[in-house]
Amino acid sequence: MSQLVDRRLSGKNRSAVNRQRFLRRFKTQIRKAAAEVVSGRKVTDLERGEKISIPSKDMSEPIFHHGAGGRRNIVLPGNREFVSGDRVDRPEGGEGKGSGNGGGPQGEGMDEFAFELSKEEFMDFFFQDLALPDLVKKQLAAVPEVKRARAGFVSQGNPSNLHVVRSMKHAIGRRLAMAAGPREALREAEEALEALVVQGLGASDEAETLREEIAALKSRVAAVPFLDTWDLRYANRVDQPTPSSQAVMFCLLDVSGSMDEDRKNIAKRFFMLLYLFLTKSYERIDVVFIRHHTVAKEVDEDEFFNSRESGGTVVSSALELMREIILARYPSASWNIYAAQASDGDNWEDDSPRCRELLLQSILPLTQYFAYVEIEAEVPQSLWHEYERVKAASQRFAMQRILTLEDIYPVFRELFRKKVA
Amino acid sequence: METETETAAAPVAQRQPLSEGSEWTFDLLDHYDHEIARVAAHYGLDTYPNQIEVITSEQMIDAYSSVGMPVGYHHWSYGKQFLSTQKGYQRGQMGLAYEIVINSSPCIAYLMEENTMTMQALVIAHAAYGHNSFFKGNYLFRTWTDAEGILDYLVFARHFIAECEQRHGEEAVEELLDSCHALMNHGVDRYKRPTKLSMIKEQARQEEREAYLQSQVNDLWRTVPVKAIAEVEKQERRYPPEPQENLLYFIEKNAPRLEPWQREIVRIVRKIAQYFYPQRQTQVMNEGWATFWHYTLLNHLYEEGKLTDGFMMEFLQSHTNVVYQPPYNSRHYSGINPYALGFAMFTDLRRICEHPTEEDRRWFPDLAGSDWVKTLDFAMRNFKDESFIAQYLSPKLIRDLKLFALVDDDSDDKLEVTAIHDDAGYRTVRQLLADQYNLGNREPNIQAYQVDVFGDRSLTLRHYMHDRRPLGESTPELLRHVARLWGYTVRIESVDPDGVTSEAGSSEAAPPP
Repeated sequence: MSQLVDRRLSGKNRSAVNRQRFLRRFKTQIRKAAAEVVSGRKVTDLERGEKISIPSKDMSEPIFHHGAGGRRNIVLPGNREFVSGDRVDRPEGGEGKGSGNGGGPQGEGMDEFAFELSKEEFMDFFFQDLALPDLVKKQLAAVPEVKRARAGFVSQGNPSNLHVVRSMKHAIGRRLAMAAGPREALREAEEALEALVVQGLGASDEAETLREEIAALKSRVAAVPFLDTWDLRYANRVDQPTPSSQAVMFCLLDVSGSMDEDRKNIAKRFFMLLYLFLTKSYERIDVVFIRHHTVAKEVDEDEFFNSRESGGTVVSSALELMREIILARYPSASWNIYAAQASDGDNWEDDSPRCRELLLQSILPLTQYFAYVEIEAEVPQSLWHEYERVKAASQRFAMQRILTLEDIYPVFRELFRKKVA
Repeated sequence: METETETAAAPVAQRQPLSEGSEWTFDLLDHYDHEIARVAAHYGLDTYPNQIEVITSEQMIDAYSSVGMPVGYHHWSYGKQFLSTQKGYQRGQMGLAYEIVINSSPCIAYLMEENTMTMQALVIAHAAYGHNSFFKGNYLFRTWTDAEGILDYLVFARHFIAECEQRHGEEAVEELLDSCHALMNHGVDRYKRPTKLSMIKEQARQEEREAYLQSQVNDLWRTVPVKAIAEVEKQERRYPPEPQENLLYFIEKNAPRLEPWQREIVRIVRKIAQYFYPQRQTQVMNEGWATFWHYTLLNHLYEEGKLTDGFMMEFLQSHTNVVYQPPYNSRHYSGINPYALGFAMFTDLRRICEHPTEEDRRWFPDLAGSDWVKTLDFAMRNFKDESFIAQYLSPKLIRDLKLFALVDDDSDDKLEVTAIHDDAGYRTVRQLLADQYNLGNREPNIQAYQVDVFGDRSLTLRHYMHDRRPLGESTPELLRHVARLWGYTVRIESVDPDGVTSEAGSSEAAPPP
């Protein structure tokens, strides 16, 4: 006799642990693959899962098996032209598969093993290179913070949320409504009794009946409960996401000849991290890409990272453009302004003091935070020295020299600390 | 007279299909199961009780990735399996089958909620009656597996391994499991009978065994010199006295440096390997049997007028897909399809019984004209793939499938066709195809040959070559796994058919921690 069982609602995700084990075991390969994916993504497009492929040879499960060579008999179906004694050439790429169902369950002959990483897993791998403190990682990966906000009253809740005034108000209303009918009847009965008494028939049967009726009605009115569970009202609170304002993020990148692919890649991570941070704090974020060599230009993201130009560097051109854009499009009263600048530190000698002035006088007063990274510069250049003076003068400015990805985080340390507090 | 008119009218007048649409409900499942059980009993299929579970596709992927074990311990390789199954399914490359059925009592069969009524009926017939009766009847399953004890044992294994992970760290357990998995195919007894598995007994005996085993091992490795053993005696006392084919068993009992818990894990992997061993030996028969019966049972119901034409169209379409055998030169060819070969053989066997030709009478004098239900039942009970093919592959089927045999010899620059589907070739093709299903030929024959008990404690494995075929390129890696289990140096020698021995590799053990 068969038993039918509906298991659809039980035991989902039984393989989750095994999946975690798999990811842990191949974290080196996955991290490498994830890093490649990150370079292919847009700055604003980090928070989603991704298809990852890693070389399948790294993850084979070996068993003893026969190698090529020796003598093998193979039986195959679908003969068309052969007769016994025929001699045929070996097919290209080896026969290989004659009795090949003894091998691994799958994946043989496939060089890549591809699978999907979920958003959380992907972020985890993204963070690994950046050496972020755990607390910060958690903040970034978490859903936006929420605030408890009042949202009217509900009829169910826990006792500590009981709203006394509201409950009493309801009780009054209910008492009025429930007692209205009997009271009306009572009033009429009393009037009728009054009339009888006036007529001198106070001792008649009719009056007696009325008196009984009045007594009954009075007890009915009295029986209406003062406070009923029906009346109870509780204060209601709901979660409201806190980011409710808007921000604009300026990405400033030096695209002069000395910025090669590696440097740009580091710069990209730097921008991504700032963007990620902003998404946790603001509902709407605009990103403005400004690249510069001797002149600055606002571009879209593709052009930002991909085109490369040569020539000298005038950093102030970018700052100038940024200021113009802020004034034209992002009034600081309604926008939170963040900026991230990446450069190899090269600048035209006379331009650096001008950059400092621009920053101190017109840009920093408008922005929330300005982060500067100098990527793989051998010796600090003039721009660095000028910026050090800016840093001394302003709390909103952070700077860092970066050799590897791990160095990025300190730039944002201040920023995240604020957030934590 | 009366019965005659009744049967004649039945197909048209009394057509009363069980259902019309493609949607299934639990009531309908029950109804279909009932009908299929009735017909199965009519043909004398003897089954374990069935437990039919309806699951989601997600759960099906889960079930898939634990290689058919309803309760599995944790290991990354199952995660890998899960990811690749999931990907395959999401891309729609893989109709998430059909069927997972577990050789246990009650026999658990999974139905996926997305399937149509037709597919559910097909799976019920295939898994819950086809495979189930095979599990219960075939001699290999009867000898090697204990359907009643397996679920308990798997639960025990899972708990034990989880406990080891807590006590000794996930990494240590994972390493050990990796090594054991690598030797899984060499962890089966081919000739001895296994003992029964059961959780309670297993738990009770486990501690006892632990202490006992350790004392045994200690004894073997006792280094306190009792007396100077004469050199001659030293050389004569070889250990093991006979080469051992069950490497995991040998390691479990003799590896000098394994801790008791590690021995227990080796044992668990070995037991599970043993449990799956019959399935690896009866792929063609098992799938062929189940396919034959879903086909026969559903056709029977159709003839009774219980199934609609639409049902049959859908059923036949998926049935045809399952038993399709592409020719060797097709892009889709990936070995001989066990469903196709098995189904064709059982169908052919029935034909030989019911409508034998002159040729069949010559080849199968005992079978021709016999009761097909009995003959098939006998074949199912007493054979494995290798012997089943050697016994029952008929010339007609060789012609139908156009089978031919090739020899691929590395001392010859061309392949040679040794036999085709003609009078001269039938026996050769049949024998060679049977050999192809001999696990002993498919996998290298490796045995634990000698332990240097008085010297460096190294273990020597011997690979007895079959047709001069060498070991594959994964051998060095495998030797590292063996060395990890053994704790000392491990060597492997290949012995060719002329008895010449050559060293095929060796691996030092990691230094003691």
